Amino acid sequence: MKDMLRAAFVIARRDFTAVILTRTFLFFLLGPLFPIMIGMAFGGLGEKISQDSLRPAAGLSMPPAETARMLEAREGIARRIGADHISALKAASWPADPRRLLADSDAGYVAVVSGTVDRPVLTGPPADIARLEGDIRLIASAAKTRAILIEVHVERHPVMQSASGQAQARLTTGRGAQILIFLLTMLLAGMVLSNMVEEKNNKVIEILAAAVPIDAVFLGKLMAMLSMSFIGILFWGGCAMAAMGALVGPGFTLPAPAVGWPVFILLAVLYFAMAYCLLGSLFLSIGAQAATVREVQTLNMPVTMAQMAVFFFATYAVDHMGSAPEIAAVLFPLSSPFAMIARAAQDGAIWPHVLALLWQAMWVGLIIRMGVWLFRRHVLNSGARRSLFRRRATPPV
Amino acid sequence: MIGEISTPRPAYAVEAQGLVKAFGDFHAVNGIDIAVPAGSIYGVLGPNGAGKTTLLRTLLGIIDPDEGWRTLLGDPQPLRQSHHVGYLPEERGLYPSMKAFDAIAFMGALRGLPLRIGRERARAMLEAHGMGASADKPIRQLSKGMAQTVQLFGTIVHQPRLIVLDEPFSGLDAINQGKLEALIREQARSGVTVLFSTHVIAHAERLCERIAIVAGGRINFEGSVATARGRLRPQVMLRTRASDGPWRHALPAETLAQDGAWHFALPDGGIEPLLRALLDGEAGIESLSIERPGLHDAFVAIAGEAVARQMEEDRAREDAA
Repeated sequence: MKDMLRAAFVIARRDFTAVILTRTFLFFLLGPLFPIMIGMAFGGLGEKISQDSLRPAAGLSMPPAETARMLEAREGIARRIGADHISALKAASWPADPRRLLADSDAGYVAVVSGTVDRPVLTGPPADIARLEGDIRLIASAAKTRAILIEVHVERHPVMQSASGQAQARLTTGRGAQILIFLLTMLLAGMVLSNMVEEKNNKVIEILAAAVPIDAVFLGKLMAMLSMSFIGILFWGGCAMAAMGALVGPGFTLPAPAVGWPVFILLAVLYFAMAYCLLGSLFLSIGAQAATVREVQTLNMPVTMAQMAVFFFATYAVDHMGSAPEIAAVLFPLSSPFAMIARAAQDGAIWPHVLALLWQAMWVGLIIRMGVWLFRRHVLNSGARRSLFRRRATPPV
Repeated sequence: MIGEISTPRPAYAVEAQGLVKAFGDFHAVNGIDIAVPAGSIYGVLGPNGAGKTTLLRTLLGIIDPDEGWRTLLGDPQPLRQSHHVGYLPEERGLYPSMKAFDAIAFMGALRGLPLRIGRERARAMLEAHGMGASADKPIRQLSKGMAQTVQLFGTIVHQPRLIVLDEPFSGLDAINQGKLEALIREQARSGVTVLFSTHVIAHAERLCERIAIVAGGRINFEGSVATARGRLRPQVMLRTRASDGPWRHALPAETLAQDGAWHFALPDGGIEPLLRALLDGEAGIESLSIERPGLHDAFVAIAGEAVARQMEEDRAREDAA
């Protein structure tokens, strides 16, 4: 075992330095930041759109006095409940055919309110009518009474949390961690698929197979890729922290998970490592069977689909703690890390995580063993044709 | 310490009995028994496709045999002795982006040599063979011959007790073949067992103490080169001034007359009775030579003309490439 770990470390060190000390690794680090930056830019634009006059509004095609009453009532409601929670209104020409107004793309009305305050008429696509009807009814009612409901003062008695709110917040934290681990695993574990192709193409595999057990080759490659992934995560995590520090105010706090933040972060790291090793060992086993890069590329899509299926299974289970699907997701090795991190957010018990980590580690070992067996049999053309239970011939003592 | 002897040395560095390895219906190795004495240079001789590579891979534990058993340095699990073994496969394999000295150190590290020592030895080996300037160059920038030399150094950097070389002379020019022969002899002098496969009889004849002639997945002959050659009687070539006379009766029955000379195998009774008859019969001896048969002749006799011809063709093809 000691020899195998030593050999795995030699291979891991070679693979790690071969990847890290290249220019392409810089692109690997910077790559995921580009879509985030583009996303943030578009997010900022979207916020701007929602705040200014570009936001879609319903047109008011009513007599001027009625229009003024409607706009005044809308403003009054918006002040109380927030502008984002009540539909925007914009004065339109009057008199005019609502259908013609809707056809005018420059005006940008999603629907047109015509008629009077007493009998408003809402014209527009069915979906927009359904969405706006309640708001228009409220605004028209307020305009009709010429007053908004009398404001009652609410006395504030703040507490740290409510049971229901806390459960909801922890669920959100669990989901967030699940998504993060899944995205990172999907982003990083896929690279393992093509890992053995290099050795097979440049014939180094013969050198490796003669010197160390194939198990050590598989393990070393996983160790290298996992280490490389952690470097990426540290870099991206650092960038994310810096961005959050710049964009989010000091009062911002995330809902605390049931096991507490330090343990949760430690478990998140361990479950990511396990998710990576489980999927990575599977991908390594599959990829090792491929003879060319083309074959690996062909395998990529079904493998990604399978990953998605596992993730959706774990996501479904997170809402149903203790249910049969959740327990199944915890036990099924490939979904287990995702299900368990969600559990850590919602349940404070630590011992299930110790068991789960051991269970997952055992499966990593089993998958590697299976991959090695397939590799020796189909790629190295090894493996004796004897029965599994027949003893290997040994030299006479 | 790598190369240090921690266990008693077995009499045979490699030993196998009844080895069988089949790929589908094709038996690449079909019941081979082999025993390579520790400290010897041992050649596995045979044409391409004879099963030499499969035999070596099976002996090294890269693949498991379907039947039979083998031991490497006395161990039935060859990979357990990996630290004491060096292997140069037929298909050379190096990481193209690795620097030459690092590639050698990496191969040593795979077999338990600390990386720092491996790097020091690698630089010293490259320097000693006039390749010091290439030590920091990536493999992809080296010539094919230099890359092969790097791989050979990687095979021996950890100072193994057993070196296995699969077709080591393949792809090398005459100068480098000579250097490799010298290196093999140097290793053997220091007590290392060298087992190599080749389809070039001359290499085996020059280097080996013992050989195994392999054809069709079987060993047709196993023993010393002298024994192989001893299987054939020495050949006599006689030229006489007289073409006929009573002395003709003294020539063996299977004597051939060719190019104005008599050719025959040395009779069991030796050359003296014949000499006496030639002198008494006034044959007029112009020349008389007794030649021991070469390994090539022995190989033809053992493996057959067709196999020998295939080996010649393999070699010609390789030279042309």
